[in-house]
Amino acid sequence: MHPVLKTVLQRLGLGVLTLFAVSIIIFSSLQMLPGGYAQNILGQGATPETVKNFNHELGLDRPAYVRYVEWIGNAVQGDFGNSYSGTTGTIKRSVSAIIAPRLYNTFFLAAMAAVVAVPLSLLLGVLAALYRNSWYDRIVNSITLTTIAMPEFFIAYLLMFFFAVKHRWFYSLSTVSESTSFWEHVNRATLPALTMTLVIIAHMMRMTRASIINLLASPYIEMAQLKGVSKSQVILRHALPNAWAPIATVIAFNLAYLVVGVVVVEVVYVYPGIGQMMVDAVSSRDMPVVQACALIFAATYILLNLLADIVSITTNPRLLHPK
Amino acid sequence: MASDIKRVKGDVLLEIKNLVIDGKSDDEWKPIIRGIDLTLKRGEVLGLIGESGAGKSTLGLAGMGYARPGCRITSGTINFDGIDLVAASEETRRGLWGSRIAYVAQSAAASFNPAHHIIDQTIETAVGHNIMTREKAEADARDLYKRLQLPNPDTIGLRFPHQVSGGQLQRAMTAMAMSCRPDLIIFDEPTTALDVTTQVEVLAAMRNIVEQFNTAAIYITHDLAVVAQMAHRIMVLRYGNLVEEAPTREMLKQPTQEYTKSLWAVRKLQKPETTSDDIILNIDGVDATYGGGTSKVLDNVTVKIPRGTTVAVVGESGSGKSTLARAITGLLPPSKGTISFNGKALPAALANRDRDTLRRIQMIYQSADTALNPRQTVRDIIGRPLEFYLGLKGAANDRRVVQLLENIELNESYIDRYPGEMSGGQKQRISIARALAAEPELIICDEVTSALDQIVQEEILQLLMKLQKETNVTYLFITHDIATVRAISDEIVVMHRGKVVQQGLKSKVLNPPYPAYTELLLSSVPQMDPDWLTGLLAKRSAKV
Repeated sequence: MHPVLKTVLQRLGLGVLTLFAVSIIIFSSLQMLPGGYAQNILGQGATPETVKNFNHELGLDRPAYVRYVEWIGNAVQGDFGNSYSGTTGTIKRSVSAIIAPRLYNTFFLAAMAAVVAVPLSLLLGVLAALYRNSWYDRIVNSITLTTIAMPEFFIAYLLMFFFAVKHRWFYSLSTVSESTSFWEHVNRATLPALTMTLVIIAHMMRMTRASIINLLASPYIEMAQLKGVSKSQVILRHALPNAWAPIATVIAFNLAYLVVGVVVVEVVYVYPGIGQMMVDAVSSRDMPVVQACALIFAATYILLNLLADIVSITTNPRLLHPK
Repeated sequence: MASDIKRVKGDVLLEIKNLVIDGKSDDEWKPIIRGIDLTLKRGEVLGLIGESGAGKSTLGLAGMGYARPGCRITSGTINFDGIDLVAASEETRRGLWGSRIAYVAQSAAASFNPAHHIIDQTIETAVGHNIMTREKAEADARDLYKRLQLPNPDTIGLRFPHQVSGGQLQRAMTAMAMSCRPDLIIFDEPTTALDVTTQVEVLAAMRNIVEQFNTAAIYITHDLAVVAQMAHRIMVLRYGNLVEEAPTREMLKQPTQEYTKSLWAVRKLQKPETTSDDIILNIDGVDATYGGGTSKVLDNVTVKIPRGTTVAVVGESGSGKSTLARAITGLLPPSKGTISFNGKALPAALANRDRDTLRRIQMIYQSADTALNPRQTVRDIIGRPLEFYLGLKGAANDRRVVQLLENIELNESYIDRYPGEMSGGQKQRISIARALAAEPELIICDEVTSALDQIVQEEILQLLMKLQKETNVTYLFITHDIATVRAISDEIVVMHRGKVVQQGLKSKVLNPPYPAYTELLLSSVPQMDPDWLTGLLAKRSAKV
């Protein structure tokens, strides 16, 4: 087997193990939350008797490990159980059905932000490395640092003020539903995507710049110059291919943030994403939903980091083509 | 275009006049080249020789109109075939680089981009400057690989740099420099990082191809014997000044300047051979492996080291000589065999040795820069083993540090200095004092003079010999430099691919009859005779 394939399979196996460990942590920490769905829904006036009956109905009176095994057993088969809040009498709403449209929205927004932010920050970073210590470099650095230093909600309101209130180019509220068309969705999600782009661009751009500059003192860069290779080709052909590993790690980290860290942006734009739903589920103690969301977030992190590892390996000829 | 120019031997190709180059150190510009003139004719090979800091690389690169970051050309002119390289635009210079003036760097392993195939880098200039089509350039590169006697010339270019050996990579870099048939090639210490046996092939290949294409070259090196093989004419540099300049044979025969003579002088140091029946260290049938047994680096090594003598271990990179030191010190426990010290078996692993055993075996490393903590003063560096092994504290510790400084011929005033405030030779002396502080019986010297200039090397070796006389300490001296071995050893151990080829007294090992590998090794060491390489190649090809 090719060593790269072997490493990828190993990492994938490790990722699955990590996911299991995370599921245990999620489950047990949620057990520690004070109160429960029953108390929450029945209110302060509920008698212990009704709470007990309610819990029995949901199966919550069984020991924790039994419930964990049942949950994880079903989850492995793709069944995340039924939402508590969606359950009234005989009508049951499965967690998957609730999460699916929200998850789609979240990935839609993340993809929009990523499609803009990743190429843009790579371009800015490469240019900053090429014209290092110039005015361009300084200006780009200060602007991106400013946007990362400002709270997300503040950027969100600023953008809303200029692009939705002053100039009515975009919607200030990003309400979308399943019937929204693709382009309408893009239009409505533009401001939140732009907000997130501004938040993550600095990190990726600065890492691109730093890892390229880091390589410029290498003898092979001097060699390339003395072979008459032009400045831009020195950066693009000789430095960048050796700089991917750290850049990929930072990109993966920021992409994961686009999926799991966007609650604030969603709330400001009233965008129906998974973050807002998870916050609601936590406050109503709708455990199956919370658990499913947490597991999705963990899987996102693990998968993106795996991708970063694969990029690191495949861009390193020493690993890709052993002696 | 390079091919349009008539190559007439004897025309002046490069003329440097009154060149001054400044280098920045501690925010101050200081001259590194102080007004040098240099003339190079077409097809001529000029050797630039000098010690580190002489400015030879800086001058060589100036021949391309290039100054490294932190350097600047302050005054003077550099005229390359009618083009003023100082006044020329960057665009003009870049047009010349790679196509009419090419560069061959010291470390091919570091100077090839790890991310691209060798052939793509070889033809990059030819294709990038639209001198040839890709197909033509590739065919030409394969032809150059063949002329440089690279194995599998048709396919070696498809490999990545890490997939070929150092000597092959160095030849591939020469092919890269040749790809546009430049008028001038700057060779910057191109064989310094290679083993002697590899060096012979690379030197022969480079000399051959430069002659074939009538290319002019500047050959930079610190090794006289090498430059004697390569250059028609030699310039000796020191502190950025020209000391002396003459055709090679003339200069070798009768150097006029004192400094040149000191470089020329064969090592004065000659230690009378001694031996002893008292064996301090007995290495018996030792195997050692890396990577959990996957690669065997020591194979049944048996070496006896007599007390109070200097035993030199010689071999090329990968011969296992440094691994032997690691096995003795316990850093790499042997997988088989025993090592006994003073007649008692040494515990294999470092962690199982008591403090007194540790004290008796000390080590000095190749690079004092990495072996000394840059944030500790000499007092801390030498005082630490005094306290750790001998329990000396406070004033007693200080007194002993001063004594040790005197032993290594430095005075009291050095006690508060940091490593950064001393020269390379002084730092290596501090490393020696640190080893001596433990009052050891055996000191392992791992390439301790390899990073130093010739004259400083001599001083350090003299110091080591003096200390041996005073304390009867035993040295295990690991080196790849045969000249050093000749100077200081009593016994020699020749190693090759993890095995001991030969062990014996110096007079025996360095004189015939030789085992095959010892002969190859000894015959590959360059000699001052400018006909040495030609003679050696003739002898070797006659044998085949």
